Amino acid sequence: MKNKEPIILAIVVFFTLVTYFLVEPFAHSQMHKHVESDGFAYADLPASEKKGDAIHGQELVMGAGACVGCHSIEVANVPAVMEPQMAAASYGVNPPDLSNAGAVYDAKFLANLIKNPAHALKVEHKFDADKGQMHPMVPFYGAGGDIDQEVADMVAYLQSIAVKPVEVTPTMAFENACGRCHAVSYENWTPMGTKPSFKDKKDSLAFDIKVLEYEDSLKAYMGKIPPDLSMYIRSRGEHYISTLIENPQNQLEGTAMPRVGVTAESAEKVIEYLKNSGDTKRHEREEIGTNVMIYIVIFAIFAFLWKKQVWRDLH
Amino acid sequence: MAHFTKATSVKDWLNQRLAIEKVEKVMASEYWIPKNINFLWAMGMILVVTFVLLLVSGIFLLMYYIPTVDEAFNSVNYTIMREVNFGWLWRHIHGVAASVVFLIIYIHMFTGIYYGSYKKGREMIWISGMLLFIAFSTEAFSGYMLPWGQMSYWAGMVITNLFAGGSLHADFLVEWIRGDYVPAQAFLGRFFMLHVLLVPIAIMALIGLHFAALRIPHVNNQDGEDVDFDAESKKYLAGDKAGSKVMRFGNDFMSKDMMVVGIFLIFFFYLVFYNYGFAMDPVNFDPADGLKTPTHIYPEWYFLWSYEILRPFNIDLGLVLFGFAQVIFVFLPFLDRSPNAVPANRRGMMFKIWFWLMLCNMIVLTAMGKLPPEGVFTTIGLVAAIVFIAQWLALPIITSMEKKV
Repeated sequence: MKNKEPIILAIVVFFTLVTYFLVEPFAHSQMHKHVESDGFAYADLPASEKKGDAIHGQELVMGAGACVGCHSIEVANVPAVMEPQMAAASYGVNPPDLSNAGAVYDAKFLANLIKNPAHALKVEHKFDADKGQMHPMVPFYGAGGDIDQEVADMVAYLQSIAVKPVEVTPTMAFENACGRCHAVSYENWTPMGTKPSFKDKKDSLAFDIKVLEYEDSLKAYMGKIPPDLSMYIRSRGEHYISTLIENPQNQLEGTAMPRVGVTAESAEKVIEYLKNSGDTKRHEREEIGTNVMIYIVIFAIFAFLWKKQVWRDLH
Repeated sequence: MAHFTKATSVKDWLNQRLAIEKVEKVMASEYWIPKNINFLWAMGMILVVTFVLLLVSGIFLLMYYIPTVDEAFNSVNYTIMREVNFGWLWRHIHGVAASVVFLIIYIHMFTGIYYGSYKKGREMIWISGMLLFIAFSTEAFSGYMLPWGQMSYWAGMVITNLFAGGSLHADFLVEWIRGDYVPAQAFLGRFFMLHVLLVPIAIMALIGLHFAALRIPHVNNQDGEDVDFDAESKKYLAGDKAGSKVMRFGNDFMSKDMMVVGIFLIFFFYLVFYNYGFAMDPVNFDPADGLKTPTHIYPEWYFLWSYEILRPFNIDLGLVLFGFAQVIFVFLPFLDRSPNAVPANRRGMMFKIWFWLMLCNMIVLTAMGKLPPEGVFTTIGLVAAIVFIAQWLALPIITSMEKKV
């Protein structure tokens, strides 16, 4: 009697793998657009050769640039002008604090953003100055000198006050780049900031009402309330999120979501933040996975030896 | 009345009351299994092990799951995945096992078809097995509703809509099944009940029936040989273990079962820890939203072939053919008119082609069921669906023409 088991096993494995290939990798490649990353190079934006002077930049940011009219810079003791929900009512979304902007965002992107926000953010389909649709952030028209030099100075100032790029944490990257539109309820994050724990329920409800007001403004500004990102790492996956951040229009043409201009490193930090929310047990999974696999292999070896022993008498 | 004597041991005490020695013989040591079988005969044991994994992991999940539309998603994705110790592990085991159990069921089914294990007194094994398939399908579908994600909601919407019967517009039936106009709290509550109570009870009862149906005709063998179990078992018991054509279920075949289970578990836990994505659709990690239809709605992979029989036709014809595809496997023992209970490769060219075409075509249907119904995929799907129906219509004819071997 010839042993047919190897060929039977090969047939079973073959048909299983064919089915798997067709319904998973192949079907998904047909259903979803494939977008390749450009390495966060922002190649569509012109680069400037100018070397910035942080001292002059500070004068511009605090003075002629008029940045602090809307933005807070906490590390430079410039507080927010309004509470977040009030700022959102005025601008659509709460303007970001600029303390770490120089570390989270790409320098070339920042320079282009200052000169032409709607263009750098890729929201010109929504904000067309010719039709009177002004972006809430006013472009910097220059302070009388060489505008490119002035912009370079302002970026240099922002970089000088920010933490070092290696010190950007996942939370810092996420809160700066994504957190003023997106809630992450599993991390207790609202677009107004982390919800504090209140002793009095009235205070808690008062905070919730402010969040609702904030979200009303956001809805009017964006067209809908941007989704809660708690489980996005599982529902979208790393590649989608990364390429979406790099250029939202590539994945969702016509979306109101701006290109936020993070550096490649900050984008990785954002992904890490989302993993900390939606895939908290990933390290435990790897560790236990290894142990379980070792255990099961030992079990299979014992089962094999048992079978050999029992079947010795049967042949 | 039975006569009871003072027990000499615990075993004797139990034996007088429960006949445990007799039961052990009937179920294990004198449950005779032919020797000429291969590892495909261990799929039953793999299914038992997988069912136990589902049951145990399900019990742990049930302790934290909250069956309300407001809490269901978070109870799964926050409480179970983040807060409960090893909750993520139970969920991944449950999700992967629910998918893998169907892979093994399909292997088990096609093994039965290939070796003709539904013939000559084994009809009830096949029928109870197909009833189990239907029960497992109901269990899988109802369980898929519970995380209350986008795919739960929209799959629930699409599948319950089928009960309107196309042009019959039996909307009252759909509303009755949902308990509402759309999938909502009443819908989630009843599918929760089905998943954790009614269907598991039915499955356990059917597993009992399936095993019972196997006991009298015995399992088939890979050569289509008519084994004389009485004579061969006497030979075995007389000490000629090597010469007998049969072996004990316990522990002779059980040891091989366990070996195959061991290899299966390596594969299974690899999936649980390193490749679980196929069993947990990304779309279902978005909370249910009745105002936002997902771009692609598709069932889990094991339902795709029957979904694709529904999809290429107009709604009325599609429903009729879908219904046909759901029940036709049950009637296999009666549609196969051939007297031959031997492996498909020895039954002549016609049935051999029928078998391999059925297998390949169901894989094609499975693939087309997931792909968007556009362009060439629509045509392939339509042809595959027609081939599927035609094969079943042709089965009684080609099998009655089959020569006796």
